[in-house]
Amino acid sequence: MAVGWISRAHPLWFAFLLHRLSGLALALFLPVHFSILAMALRHPARLDGFLQWAQAPAVKLAEFGLVFLLSVHFFGGLRLLALEFLPWSERQKTLALGAVSLALLLGGVFLLRAW
Amino acid sequence: MSEHGAHIDVTIRRGTGASGWFQTYRVPRQENQTVLDVVSWIQQYADPTLSYRFACRVGMCGSCSMMVNGQPRWTCRTHVSKVLQSNSVRIEPIRNLPVINDLVTDMDPFFDKWVRAGGVHHPTRTRKDAIEAIDPGSAARVEIDARIECINCGVCYAACDTVAANPGFLGPAALQRAWTLVNDPKDGARQQILDAVSGKGGCHNCHSMGNCTRYCPTDLNPLAAIAGLKRETVRSLWGKRKNA
Amino acid sequence: MLDVRLYLAQRLSAMLMVPLVLGHLVVMTYAIRGGLTTAQILARTRGSVFFMLFYGLFALAVSVHAAIGLRVILHETARVTGVWLTAFTVVAGIGLLLLGEHAVLVVTWP
Repeated sequence: MAVGWISRAHPLWFAFLLHRLSGLALALFLPVHFSILAMALRHPARLDGFLQWAQAPAVKLAEFGLVFLLSVHFFGGLRLLALEFLPWSERQKTLALGAVSLALLLGGVFLLRAW
Repeated sequence: MSEHGAHIDVTIRRGTGASGWFQTYRVPRQENQTVLDVVSWIQQYADPTLSYRFACRVGMCGSCSMMVNGQPRWTCRTHVSKVLQSNSVRIEPIRNLPVINDLVTDMDPFFDKWVRAGGVHHPTRTRKDAIEAIDPGSAARVEIDARIECINCGVCYAACDTVAANPGFLGPAALQRAWTLVNDPKDGARQQILDAVSGKGGCHNCHSMGNCTRYCPTDLNPLAAIAGLKRETVRSLWGKRKNA
Repeated sequence: MLDVRLYLAQRLSAMLMVPLVLGHLVVMTYAIRGGLTTAQILARTRGSVFFMLFYGLFALAVSVHAAIGLRVILHETARVTGVWLTAFTVVAGIGLLLLGEHAVLVVTWP
């Protein structure tokens, strides 16, 4: 990122940054996610231990974070697919805000159920 | 004449690239002054060694593009009063281009990419043929008209973070011009242009962050043009697959 | 560092994942209620052809999508190019694919 970027920041740029950071976080999380799931085969007791630990409020909050990241990357990605494959829409900033809002909504629903 | 002896502090990037430095000048403040006025004052009264570019000074040529407080702008159209922060302003050469000296950049890479993106008209008729009839109201022509006012000022190129991060990326201006030619029935090399923007530095590297559209002083929209190029390159690839 | 083919792979894998991500979010939100144990997960997934196909496809698509995404980030932040960039993309893609499909098989194999 170039020096002094903050002076150039605007809504669609934040959308780009959010999309990139959420993608990166999810890509780094995936191997961890897969490895933990795979414990079901040889170390089911350890997996159960992990799932128990995951009941802790801090972990639930982190899971909300993950759901938010996936949702925001998903809805932001939908906006990009629309931008690239459908005719131009003037409402890019509105759509970007809509993506974040929907992601917060989904994350919120998840958190309420997980709590 | 300065107003009540008031001054502003102007910090300018001097030298070239990594060996450059920042120099601050005390400039008399006027009621109406542009950033270009300020740079000119410095060169004429304070430091004749300062290098900078300008031409029309009325917002038509794009030669005076510089980074003002980190934002690429036409300095002749930027009022100092609008950009002063704590009575000071920072001026640098436009980003993403090699610096020749001080505020003067080498525009060659910008124009090289313009040509590499296919931004050259490929004629289909000679003077002996009838002039091709173009309906000014047709959707394609309206689309072109919205984009051909580009004066190559380099502001979008300087604003783009993808140009900064990906040196091979052709950039918003070059791609926007390619898009106008792709929509132009008078141009005889449509597929050639689509291929030119489908390579490693092509339109598909754009992340749609929209700095180009946000900062274009002519209110053009390279973001939409590049989205159009993405659509057309995919459509053309799909067409090739079907006919293969 | 994307040409039209890598771009298409990225966008197509994204489109493929639209129903898969939605489905995953819905399933997770539903399943998380009242805590989760290994036995509960396996009771639903073990021997299920649907889960195997759903998540099998998901793991494939995400491997392509994430590998290309990481490629772009690596090029634009660390300026990696050429052979190293391609090698990284391939390793990331295959790595995610193996880990992902392994996890899918572990929870869905009868």
